[in-house]
Amino acid sequence: MSSNNIVVNATDLTKVFTMGDVQVHALRGLSVQIKRGEVVSIMGPSGSGKSTLMNILGCLDRPSSGEYCLDGESVANLKDEQLAEIRNRKVGFVFQSFNLLPRSTALTNVELPLRYSPPNGRKRRELAREALIEVGLGDRLNHKPNELSGGQQQRVAIARALVNDPAIVMADEPTGNLDSKSGDEIMELLMKLNRDKGTTLIIVTHDPEIAEQTERVIHIRDGVVSDG
Amino acid sequence: MNYLQSFIEASESLLANKMRSGLTILGIIIGVAAVIAVLAIGNGTQESILGEIQGVGTNLLFVIPGGSEDVSNPKPLTLSDAEALADPFSAPSIAGVAPILNGRVEVNFAGESTSTSMLGVTPDYSTVRNVELSEGEFFSDTDLSGRNSVLLLGTDVAETLFGRTAGLVGEKVRIEGQPFRVIGVLAAKGGSAMGSEDDQIMVPMTTAQTRLLQRATPNAVDVIYIQAVDSESVPQASLEVSQILSARHRTMIGEEDFTVLSQQDFLDLASTITGVLTIFLGGIAAISLLVGGIGIMNIMMVSVVERTREIGLRKALGARRIDILSQFLIESSLLSLLGGLIGILLGWALSVIVELIAAGSGTPIVPVVSLDAVLLAVLFSAAIGIFFGLYPANRASNLEPVEALRYE
Repeated sequence: MSSNNIVVNATDLTKVFTMGDVQVHALRGLSVQIKRGEVVSIMGPSGSGKSTLMNILGCLDRPSSGEYCLDGESVANLKDEQLAEIRNRKVGFVFQSFNLLPRSTALTNVELPLRYSPPNGRKRRELAREALIEVGLGDRLNHKPNELSGGQQQRVAIARALVNDPAIVMADEPTGNLDSKSGDEIMELLMKLNRDKGTTLIIVTHDPEIAEQTERVIHIRDGVVSDG
Repeated sequence: MNYLQSFIEASESLLANKMRSGLTILGIIIGVAAVIAVLAIGNGTQESILGEIQGVGTNLLFVIPGGSEDVSNPKPLTLSDAEALADPFSAPSIAGVAPILNGRVEVNFAGESTSTSMLGVTPDYSTVRNVELSEGEFFSDTDLSGRNSVLLLGTDVAETLFGRTAGLVGEKVRIEGQPFRVIGVLAAKGGSAMGSEDDQIMVPMTTAQTRLLQRATPNAVDVIYIQAVDSESVPQASLEVSQILSARHRTMIGEEDFTVLSQQDFLDLASTITGVLTIFLGGIAAISLLVGGIGIMNIMMVSVVERTREIGLRKALGARRIDILSQFLIESSLLSLLGGLIGILLGWALSVIVELIAAGSGTPIVPVVSLDAVLLAVLFSAAIGIFFGLYPANRASNLEPVEALRYE
């Protein structure tokens, strides 16, 4: 495969946390590659290092050592401000607990990432509206989170993750707080976005049913990829 | 565009906690209102006192007995001193000399009685102090040399004794039990910050000396007013007074037993006193502003903790440190700026109330809410918002996104 087809290219990542006198090795030389347009799930028991991996892949955190290229840019040694910019341009986040601003409308919530990016000529409101229509909430633009169901709230969160047209979308247990019906709908939506727009999806989950729907499952155990 | 958005967002977040925001800015409101009111009233008082002093007469010098402390055998000022100062050959810069004697006396008329301040004056007093009469005439040289029992009434005294201020010439009143005849009524001057000039009576100097106000030295006077020929010659007149009196009292230079004060000295003294008072009171008011600022800081700290997850989310979505920092700074300065604006209105209302009360009690003070004070209050309160918002905002902006997102 040619290198510009690889959107996530992480080699030999390690991450060491120092807690008092104890050093915890969360990642021990982990390497992972994800192609553009791929849907990958990351699975592993708690304490396996999958959250740490997700934070590093999502540019929320830096590895202690190792190399990480996201969409062709080396990001392992960037400063906080530069990481923030990378997150803004290249990463969309979907959280287990939605993390919407409670007092703001769906539209304003989706606009949020655009507030931190340079103006790109198009109206923020217009982009946010399109993203909401895309996730099927065209009729809920001005509803606040407490006026929406859990599934709808997660749709708003997905629209927010997509609005900046990111290289990867990181979804951390996206169905964890939903009943199974809404959970299925959210998974369907994510897969549909992947099919229609070619969005690269990385889903962190411990639910085998979710993992089954993805093209590839990466199992993490004790800070390394295990061939499960 | 982006700032407008931040501004709207900050307002929304403050409005979401109306009670809390209101209580927080109360401290700033009270502080700013106190500063504005104190400065306004201080300015008003100062101007009314200065106006008072200037209204005393132009080109005036005051000579009072007593000088440097270690003068041996100090002599009082006397009528002869005043006469010597009035000599146009030895004192060409002096246009008029008006010695006075003053004290409090009891005045009676037909069972009505009042205690008032009495001035013993010479006929020259009229020109030196620009005395205006609403009726009758000022004292003549005959009144002075004859030690006549005549008096001029201030309007307040006339009102108290007679219930009217006109048609009083020729009436008989008793001062300290001795009969006196009214020969005129002083024109009303209105109240002043230094007591009413309408609440006084005047008698000829010689009459006061011999019958009403006994002094250890029979010829003594309390103050000598000196009028210089014009404002440029005030320093020269002051010099002449010193030379003549030093010669007469046989004192050494620097050891005078009298003091010459110019109107400027009084003006300087009064501005210094009111200035110090204003700064002192303003300082106390500023402390409450400081306390208000600490209140803002406290609430912002709480707000940062409450919104840790929100901060984490914003950072995950690409907010940089500066974005979070400015978000919280805008909120805190909005709080204090709002408090400052309301405080200015409240302080202005307070000074209007003080003006009404002062007018009602007969000592008009016109508080002046100066543009300086308003600008100072606005800038100061905004600065407080930024200063006390800086620490919480900095804490917020330094949160690690991973930690903040995990915060419950």
